[in-house]
Amino acid sequence: MGAGHGHRLHYHGHSPVHRAEPHHKLLALVGFVLLVVATPGDAYPFFAGYLAVLAAVVARSGVPPSYLLKRTVVELPFVVFALIVPFVSRGPQTEVWGVTVSEPGLVAAGALLMKGTLGVLASLLLAATTEPHDVVRGLERLRMPAPLVQILSFMVRYLDVVGDEMGRMRTALASRGFTARNPRHWPVIARSAGALFIRSYERGERVHLAMLSRGHAPGERA
Amino acid sequence: MRVLDVAGLAHVYPDGHQALYGVDLHVDSGERVALLGPNGAGKTTLVLHLNGILLPAAGSVTVSGMPVTKPNLQEVRRRVGIVFQDPDDQLFMPTVRDDVAFGPRNLGVRGAELDRRVLEALDQVGMVEYVDRPPHHLSFGQRRRVAVATVLAMRPEILVLDEPSSNLDPASRRELADILRSLDVTVLMVTHDLPYALELCPRSVVLSGGVMVADGPTRALLTDEELMRAHRLELPFGFDPRNVPVPEGG
Repeated sequence: MGAGHGHRLHYHGHSPVHRAEPHHKLLALVGFVLLVVATPGDAYPFFAGYLAVLAAVVARSGVPPSYLLKRTVVELPFVVFALIVPFVSRGPQTEVWGVTVSEPGLVAAGALLMKGTLGVLASLLLAATTEPHDVVRGLERLRMPAPLVQILSFMVRYLDVVGDEMGRMRTALASRGFTARNPRHWPVIARSAGALFIRSYERGERVHLAMLSRGHAPGERA
Repeated sequence: MRVLDVAGLAHVYPDGHQALYGVDLHVDSGERVALLGPNGAGKTTLVLHLNGILLPAAGSVTVSGMPVTKPNLQEVRRRVGIVFQDPDDQLFMPTVRDDVAFGPRNLGVRGAELDRRVLEALDQVGMVEYVDRPPHHLSFGQRRRVAVATVLAMRPEILVLDEPSSNLDPASRRELADILRSLDVTVLMVTHDLPYALELCPRSVVLSGGVMVADGPTRALLTDEELMRAHRLELPFGFDPRNVPVPEGG
């Protein structure tokens, strides 16, 4: 269907990074992120070091850096927040390009940007080198509680199905001349979201029936 | 041998709506039977009784001599394999292999035997080469075939198919017919696709308004214009069952 091969975040490859056990990669990611977050915001050489390590792993994985960089747009809300911080923080003022900003605010914004970007890049690298269901398997290996693993694996399985459904609803709306530009049209969007929710809920019920029909006993692991 | 025996089955939904009013149906081993009827006739309600998803308000359902009651549910669900209409409802695991293994694993099958069952079921529907693919990467027709395999892997005594030909292109529809014919299993097929019923099922039953109104050779039912009209059954334009050669009896 619409999804084509692999997931949108996944970059097909056979590098050692791709082949590594998913649960090892997950542990490495969590360790890396904790390390980055725990580093004081003004320890710039350390951040340079983290970036170098990350860049080395990216190079080894064969995922083009531009592929990862394009997908860092998810970080945008944090960037906006980081850019506001120097203007609203208190403390000693300093001047950058003729604009007066708060000095601690500037440091905080820098730290936020660096830590955020490193975390996002590392996560994107995991997503690019690991199929979604392998991530779920990795979590299972790491003894994540079975119900959570099941919920995640259902999410992975049905994300595209619900996404396609949403796409078809959007096409159907557009085919009848609907555009979402005018705020007066927002109720329509809300109603489609409601319809999508109900459809997904009903699908959930049908999936459950199909599971019961194949001898699934609630409380057991799938 | 009688695989399926439904007697005086009545069902009332919790909201008070009554869907079935005393349905009788029997299917013998090795038969392929089509269950026909207009929308809202109660076909789905009947199907959900066959493996105990719904339990009867009155009457009984028996599968190879075993009554469908709470204590027997697990064995009944092994014996009655239901293939639902939308394969996306049926295929929920990350890979085809996991999905086909889901049923047998619930029955306690493990290890090499489980692998063997999975490959055997996929072989029966011609999908072995897709064993490690995620279901959502398959075409609709392929997903429907995998859905059939997920049920075959449980070695059911009767295969119940809900609208097996819906949304299939003509080639996939024919491929599925070939597969169903090649299976050595009893089949109950719920369908609106009357030519498909004629092609595959020598015998048909008609459910309408919550009661069985007809039971007989498919060709005889489809050429009974009065019966057809009375129960909103219509043949496709230009299709005349009298002019169709039918492979096995019927």
